[in-house]
Amino acid sequence: MTNEEIKAFITEAAPTASFDETGEWLNIAVEPASWKALAQKLRNAPLPFDYLFCLTCIDWKTNLTVVYHLSSSQNRQVNIVVKVKLDAANPEVETVCDIWRTAEFHEREVFELFGAIFLNHPDLRRLILTDDFEGFPLRKDFEDPINMIKL
Amino acid sequence: MYTQTEIIKDTTGIGSEGELVINVGPQHPATHGVLHLVITLNGETIKKIEPHLGYIHRSIEKMCESLNYRQFIYVTSRMDYLSSHINNQACALCVEKGMQIEVPDRAKVIRVLMAELTRIASHELWLGAMAMDLGAFTPFFYTFRERELITDIMEETCGARLTMNYMTPGGVTFDIHENFQKKVKQFLKQFKEKVVEFDDLVTNNVIFRNRTEGVGILSYEDAISYGCTGPVGRASGVKCDIRKIAPYDAYDRVEFDEVLDTAGDSFARYIIRVKEMMQSVRIIEQLIDNIPEGDFQAKTKAVLKLPKGEFYTRVETARGELGVYIVSEGGMTPYRIKFRSPGFSNLSALDHMASGAKIGDLMATMGTLDLVIPDIDR
Repeated sequence: MTNEEIKAFITEAAPTASFDETGEWLNIAVEPASWKALAQKLRNAPLPFDYLFCLTCIDWKTNLTVVYHLSSSQNRQVNIVVKVKLDAANPEVETVCDIWRTAEFHEREVFELFGAIFLNHPDLRRLILTDDFEGFPLRKDFEDPINMIKL
Repeated sequence: MYTQTEIIKDTTGIGSEGELVINVGPQHPATHGVLHLVITLNGETIKKIEPHLGYIHRSIEKMCESLNYRQFIYVTSRMDYLSSHINNQACALCVEKGMQIEVPDRAKVIRVLMAELTRIASHELWLGAMAMDLGAFTPFFYTFRERELITDIMEETCGARLTMNYMTPGGVTFDIHENFQKKVKQFLKQFKEKVVEFDDLVTNNVIFRNRTEGVGILSYEDAISYGCTGPVGRASGVKCDIRKIAPYDAYDRVEFDEVLDTAGDSFARYIIRVKEMMQSVRIIEQLIDNIPEGDFQAKTKAVLKLPKGEFYTRVETARGELGVYIVSEGGMTPYRIKFRSPGFSNLSALDHMASGAKIGDLMATMGTLDLVIPDIDR
């Protein structure tokens, strides 16, 4: 699938999606509400995007952006980046761990380090931090007076 | 620390059907680090494995946000300490991609040589440790004998044996030592003679084969779905070698095979690594006499500033695909940096691989995943 074909495929599945081709790979911005349905369609596309190789989150202060890097095991040259912007006050998005099982651990990591909530996740609890840890360490407003490195 | 309520949310069913919950780690000798597994057993059969991480979490991603593009590479050596060269390489490549630095040919070849030596050293340590997990003590000494030669070569050129910090944006820190080529050739000669010993000791060992064949099977579809890469993915038939998919540095000018297997069991993962060492030898042999003359470092500014944007590079470490994702706002430090570590994804498949098997097979399954805990925790 070329970028144009992927764009046509995604526009059909999620009409509100917007594209950005300035980077190395095709960037797709998706609304949180339409992401789950699009993910399912991408997984079953003619060139199935069955390999989620990176799932992370960026804190842009006004919003949290969950970033999904997808590729296809049939053609690893085709890579796309899906970005889902979440509201900072109420960061919620549907889980994709029933589509790509690697997402289960990655979503747990993002959940505890950024505070993004993944709805319908089977086991959404802390993986790294202790029970009594307060705050979300990878958010930009996180302040740790003792351990923070400052230049 | 973790409270009991956090480990088992619903305690009503525990013990009712002969279930037993045991902890493996964080100070278990076979987890090679501080990995904590909470295992629910029914008799001797594993019902569920829950990894608990964080005992060595240093929040490297957060640290890197306050370090500049020359400094943050030194921290990444501490992630996957067995392939620190390749971690550094991934970061250097990402900064070079952002700044469009052209790396001299000599540096490219040196980088590949170092990366492949690291891969051999890492696989050798794994082989010895894995055999020790299964009760064979001798292979550990055999593998460390050759690994020692590699660390000596590293020490001579890089000044360190484990966390080398040798690769920087634009090339490498120093030129290779004058003895480098001679010593590498000596090592290759010795390694090729001695590698048959592993076959005699481990590969053809009846006990070893009985304990690993058909154990911890991971299917092709599951390997992709769980994002398993490196020898773990390739043992299940997934073509996931980044050196082939997106050749970086000098990998486009060497010939080597991507070792694949379809069995997907522990023995396949073992044999893939042994064969991979021979492929690394092949790569080194092609390059060791053909190191181009010239600079070992491109001329770069003292202060590196990445343009605004997002950069992602992938490399093949000894454990699989390492991704470095830098989000830059145009300053001296990254706005956000993410390391996609191979061990993290490989570990997530452990529950699937070992559930339903006997507890005695767990170490054979976990050992072949080649988990390095600082890589998983970051």
